[in-house]
Amino acid sequence: MHAAVLLLELGGVLLGLGLLGRLAGRIGLSPIPLYLLAGLAFGKGGLLPLVTAQEFIQVGAEIGIILLLLLLGLEYSARELLGTLRAAAPAGVGDLLLNFPPGLAAGLLLGWGPLAAVVLGGVTYISSSGVAAKVLGDLGRHGNRETPVVLSILVLEDLAMAVYLPVVTVLLAGGTLASSLLPATLAVAAVAAVLAATLRYGSTLSRLVFSPNDEVLLLKLLGVAFIVAGAAQAAQVSAAVGAFLVGIALSGPAARGARALLSPLRDLFAAVFFVFFGLQTDPRQLPPVALAATGLALATTLTKLAGGWWAARRAGIATPGRLRAGAVLVARGEFSIVIAGLAVAAGLHPQLGPLAATYVLLLAVAGPILARLADPVAARLRRPGEPRPPGPQTRARTSPAELPPPAPLSKEAEDAPSA
Amino acid sequence: MSSHPPAKRSHRGPPASDLTGPQRDQSAEEQVQIHETVLPGVGFRHDFTTRRGRQLGVVSHRTGRRDLVLYNQRDPDATQEVVQLTSAESEALGGLLGSSRITRTLTGLQQQVEGLAIAWLSITRGSPYVGGTIADTQARTRTGVSIVAVLRDQTAIPAPRPDFAFQPGDTAVVVGTPAGVKALARLLGA
Repeated sequence: MHAAVLLLELGGVLLGLGLLGRLAGRIGLSPIPLYLLAGLAFGKGGLLPLVTAQEFIQVGAEIGIILLLLLLGLEYSARELLGTLRAAAPAGVGDLLLNFPPGLAAGLLLGWGPLAAVVLGGVTYISSSGVAAKVLGDLGRHGNRETPVVLSILVLEDLAMAVYLPVVTVLLAGGTLASSLLPATLAVAAVAAVLAATLRYGSTLSRLVFSPNDEVLLLKLLGVAFIVAGAAQAAQVSAAVGAFLVGIALSGPAARGARALLSPLRDLFAAVFFVFFGLQTDPRQLPPVALAATGLALATTLTKLAGGWWAARRAGIATPGRLRAGAVLVARGEFSIVIAGLAVAAGLHPQLGPLAATYVLLLAVAGPILARLADPVAARLRRPGEPRPPGPQTRARTSPAELPPPAPLSKEAEDAPSA
Repeated sequence: MSSHPPAKRSHRGPPASDLTGPQRDQSAEEQVQIHETVLPGVGFRHDFTTRRGRQLGVVSHRTGRRDLVLYNQRDPDATQEVVQLTSAESEALGGLLGSSRITRTLTGLQQQVEGLAIAWLSITRGSPYVGGTIADTQARTRTGVSIVAVLRDQTAIPAPRPDFAFQPGDTAVVVGTPAGVKALARLLGA
């Protein structure tokens, strides 16, 4: 009987998520807020509380975090990470300085204590790379000149997570700031070691894992990822960071195969993870934090816009591009929930979960909408009757290194309708 | 260089006519400056500005997909058109663009270099060398002209060997003095 109920519940949940995902695709939304809402509905105090599936969903959520971070690591090569770190560090620091303090301040103002404040800082800091990547693809913006700026900021946030998560893990386990120093140092050392080893032996590592047989490759990959994640957790470096490092270390055919094989699994377990976070949140606790969450969402929408704007301006991007860069970064999603999930699991302040859930619900919906609005808004901002100079000159103004060979103002440019 | 994160380097593409020796024409000195930008997690972008001021680029996705992008003239940071190409399609497009470049280069050469002529000589059915080889024509000895390529059925056979046999419908691409080329044209019955 137990097994039958479990299957019925799980089937119902997954079918419901599938329908929600389809709805999200129809209306051009990220499915994350809908999954969270589903979790709220299935949880304690929700519309349809689950009886038996909770246990599975809890384990599934753990796997979801690991797969999310593993796939994230697979997206990047060590070379890309180092190149980005070198070239875009100021943009990343600006992003951090603008977007971490609002959450930190909110935690302190609410009187939840310094630890909750540090967690909220992480929640407001990190943009959703999943949502941003989807928006860039959907809107055909991969070729845009502000896109490398956006992608570098996302990469640097992900790298920052590799240091932030171990620190938070130790602090949540009851450690002091001083005792978190060792795991944090360990994490930084591990990241550095993995990057160095990947640059030198990346192909060897990948060859060990690689198999032309999909089944074998899948099992070996998952095995390695879980073992490393478990070992990292035992060393208090956080399982997620371990999985991220495994992803970075893999390259070549192993990485390509892994991306193709693991993406569907990631989609399944990440959905379970969002549901799990929703399950843990009592919907009756949402109204009391709604105001704080809305205020925080508004403030950090502005700080993300400002950070993206500034980084794009540094790269010589004109006004419309700066607006686009900022707007794409507004969405918060999976990693804000990962961070908040750690705090909820550790039994930190009871209202932190509801606040984070409301915050992500708002910004995962608002982010893609803002990203779409950036172009029409930029077109309005441009004063009529003031034609923009053609491309080469605009770019040369701020980036002489990229000055194209001097060319007479082209006929095409003269013929172009002026704005 | 630091202006465009993440890594960015630019390199000059090959000059349009490095096969062809001394050039005086302005277009021959034109070099296409191509910028390469890494898109972390996506792939690469290469872009350049055309002589007439249009900016275009190619986004190379790691999946093999290529996006041909044309930038907006009013908002040069944004793409106006994005054409998604599969790897087969991008290869086909590259072939089309590349072959026209060679033709243009050869055409340019004929007009540009004094004392050097390049010509396309058709081997017609009535030519005395149909079925004969390049060696049989003794073109170089008799006229000082080199047969640098033969075009047959839309494909080019570069640097044909002396034992290459002509068929009706072939076109010989020859290089030499204007007088020598004329003489060879008479010889081949072109």
